[in-house]
Amino acid sequence: MRMKFLVPLLLFAGLVAVFLAGLGRDPSIVPSPLLGKPAPEFALPPLEAGMAGFKKEDLLGGATLVNFFASWCVPCKAEHPLLMQIKKEGRVRVAGIAYRDKPEAALKWLKQDGNPYDRIGNDPLGRTAIDWGVYGVPESYLVDREGRIRWKHVGVLMPDNWQKDFLPRIESLEK
Amino acid sequence: MTRKRRRLVFVLSGLTALGLAALLILSALEENLVFFYSPSDLQTKTIGAEERIRIGGLVEEGSLTRSSDGLEVNFRVTDLRTSLAVRYRGLLPDLFREGQGIVAEGHLQADGVFLASEVLAKHDETYMPPEVARALKKSGHWQEDPPEESEAE
Amino acid sequence: MIPELGHYALVLALFAAGVQAILGLLGAIRKDAYWILASGPAASTQFLFVAIAFLALTHAFVTSDFSVYTVAKYSHSAKPLLYKITGVWGNHEGSMLLWAFILAIYGQLLVSLGKKLPHKLRASVLGVQGCLSTGFLAFILFTSNPFLRLDPAPMNGQGLNPLLQDPGLAFHPPFLYLGYVGFSVAFAFAIAGLIEGDIGAAWARRLRPWVLAAWSFLTLGIGLGSWWAYYELGWGGFWFWDPVENASLLPWLAGTALLHSIGVVEKREALKSWTVLLAILAFSLSLIGTFLVRSGVLVSVHSFATDPARGVFILGLLAVAIGGALALYAARAQTLKAAPAFNPVSREGGLLLNNVLLVTASASVFLGTLYPLLLESVSEDKVSVGPPFFNATALPLLLPLVFAMAIGPFLPWKKADLFPVFQRLWLAGLASLAVAAGAFAFHTGKSPLALLGIGLAAWLLAGNGVLLAERLKLFRTPLGASLGRLRTLPGSFFGMLVAHSGIAVLVAGITGATLWQSEEIRALNPGDSVALAGYDIRFAGATRVAGPNYLADRGDFRVHRGDRLFATLTPERRYYPVEKRWTTEAAIHTTWMADLYAVLGEQAEAGGPWAVRLYHNPLAPWIWIGTLLIALGGGLSLTDRRVRGKGPKGPTDQKPQIGKA
Repeated sequence: MRMKFLVPLLLFAGLVAVFLAGLGRDPSIVPSPLLGKPAPEFALPPLEAGMAGFKKEDLLGGATLVNFFASWCVPCKAEHPLLMQIKKEGRVRVAGIAYRDKPEAALKWLKQDGNPYDRIGNDPLGRTAIDWGVYGVPESYLVDREGRIRWKHVGVLMPDNWQKDFLPRIESLEK
Repeated sequence: MTRKRRRLVFVLSGLTALGLAALLILSALEENLVFFYSPSDLQTKTIGAEERIRIGGLVEEGSLTRSSDGLEVNFRVTDLRTSLAVRYRGLLPDLFREGQGIVAEGHLQADGVFLASEVLAKHDETYMPPEVARALKKSGHWQEDPPEESEAE
Repeated sequence: MIPELGHYALVLALFAAGVQAILGLLGAIRKDAYWILASGPAASTQFLFVAIAFLALTHAFVTSDFSVYTVAKYSHSAKPLLYKITGVWGNHEGSMLLWAFILAIYGQLLVSLGKKLPHKLRASVLGVQGCLSTGFLAFILFTSNPFLRLDPAPMNGQGLNPLLQDPGLAFHPPFLYLGYVGFSVAFAFAIAGLIEGDIGAAWARRLRPWVLAAWSFLTLGIGLGSWWAYYELGWGGFWFWDPVENASLLPWLAGTALLHSIGVVEKREALKSWTVLLAILAFSLSLIGTFLVRSGVLVSVHSFATDPARGVFILGLLAVAIGGALALYAARAQTLKAAPAFNPVSREGGLLLNNVLLVTASASVFLGTLYPLLLESVSEDKVSVGPPFFNATALPLLLPLVFAMAIGPFLPWKKADLFPVFQRLWLAGLASLAVAAGAFAFHTGKSPLALLGIGLAAWLLAGNGVLLAERLKLFRTPLGASLGRLRTLPGSFFGMLVAHSGIAVLVAGITGATLWQSEEIRALNPGDSVALAGYDIRFAGATRVAGPNYLADRGDFRVHRGDRLFATLTPERRYYPVEKRWTTEAAIHTTWMADLYAVLGEQAEAGGPWAVRLYHNPLAPWIWIGTLLIALGGGLSLTDRRVRGKGPKGPTDQKPQIGKA
């Protein structure tokens, strides 16, 4: 008689195990197949004449944080202060790629809130983004001085991620 | 029949009924599973034309053609490694666009064209059905559409 | 300032919830009179703070304060005020706050309306709710804070999704949550009862109004969601066995079983362990449904978040709440006094069958909904389980239930003879056959299953009629006396009658709208005609019109029956320039007996034909009417004074209590 009352609990425990496994297969932690490989070829025009564009050769010579952003992307605004901070600290160069954005809108936002980027490439149709394997915005990549992709972060860049994922790698790159 | 006997019969028949129900449910499940494949998967696996499956990927740019009455469409679905021809008769969902992630359900015909009975799109902020995103990621590329676009449709 | 106030209020609410949990649960266990009495004010304090937080968020949305991240992401200054307000819960963070708010409201209602409850019971219930609130408020504060700021604030928001600016969709969450969260009261009662070992007629009688209320709200919530899908998604369908839809159906099925099971405990002190388990199950399914939608574990038409941190947190909440409850059940269920024996054929037997069928149906829907996830965690395969599975499993379980529903109310307690009951129902049987025959004549050869469906609906409706007639001693006493009896019938009887009739109407509606539907997909040029279900529909062309925030192509369809103009349908295909999104607005002409449904698609090329979908859905309006009747039935039962606990005290009430009821 007693055993039958345990059945619901046991069934539930099984369910929890399945859910845990399901969560473990979370889509956004998929590692990028480009890790360790050279960045794809690209040559992007600037947002407006007079500014510097962004091409693959610009990645050589030093570590770069490549950040895909857009003015229409609300989470991008959330990571913006950290990017300004990173630019100020100057450990790495910061480059931006405007993803499917109107140049005027992107410029307006950067003038308003500040421009953390040393260079910005305009990718209005998102084709360069496809080559980089960009899932959405914002996404940030750490590229070494030889133009190899060392780390990819999907979503808002938080101080936590910067400390734990990016800084140690930047340090090892500097050695 | 004693009361105890009757109770036993009652319980046993109840259990049998439940067992039968479970069997029926599980077999119904088996019969009605619709597997999802990316275009690359279909290259390696052989799927019979009677099997109802789902495919997903991005609608290849420039691949959309319509019949003269506008009701039959042909397009190609790609996971950026391989592409698959799809034919569909009916109204396409609002969120259907070239370069867009979609999922279609139907049958793979002998001539290699996928005849879709349903074309699915999500009705929320993010457009990429996760199966498609996963399939694209597996092939090394993926892309998600922004909530706003620079070009008008 | 105000968002900070809201945030602060949430933190205070978390503390109040913790205090409520401790005072309530430990107070009841320790039998400490002061703690028990203090649990009420603690619940009221929690309610106050959560209310402040919710109002603060609403204020931020209404004033379009884009410095608040949630408002920036999900709202826009151009949104009409109504949708700014409903936008508060049209996103993950806001809807979680709504959940917590409704939980706090129920707590307050227990304090205000539950004055007749024994204090120890009420304290235990509030204590359990306090634990739930603590969990949810912590979840909100740590993973889903709606008050996060954005600095500097954007000029305008992102959230102008036209699909969400819709009355059906906007009001669907509150009703749904009033249902889901309402079952937390049943859950709390079950736990309280297991702890005290006191589950009996009095316990059931006290619980019943809360379950009725929650269940009625859930019925309305599901109905609203389904109605939205029907008119908005443009496929003439109203139920897709979509994981999120199933997530709302599962607690409803369990809740229906619970509702009926409670009556058995109340009247016969039987089916106690069933009822306690069902109370735990209904709320557990509500929680699991929440988890499914929010964690990205499953995908469907509207999932809010794909954030794994949230998923893990909710999983933790689930494990503790449900696991704890089930563990308590496993440990304490045998203290529940054994039921007095009843014959398998009896009202108790009938209600037991009701439980079994509903739970089995829930299990199959549950399996079908979760199987894709199960398979994915053990293999690389991605599968989906579509409508055919659910139809093949749920229908064979639920249709016999509809048949039995007509018989059940006729069965006496303890022991019944079926044959006399069937004799009394001969009229219902006749009506059922007549209706089925009529349907066959009208819709020859279309679907035998439809005949079954419509026949069952008629059987149930007529059976209800016979039941009412018997109670009123109609035709056996003068009409005046019968009408006099009408006034003396209890509210719960009417509730049952109306709700069961609602089910009959719903079954008929579902049968008609799915099995007798006529569909035409055509490419039409202006002047073309389509014949559909005996109507002649002429496409008069499409014109460009401008709305407040959209441009649309509006089609003009003239529907004739014979040579009489029956209706004009003007479906639209809209373009919202700010959102850069297209939507289709179906045109639906509703009569009592059917819907005519038109959808305008695209033109293949400029000047070319328009793609058009036309549907005739017989009895579709009965789906919504039936749903309303079901919820109304629940409400009617609540008007019964006995249900609200104002009845005479029974023998089990003589236990000594702390304080007086």
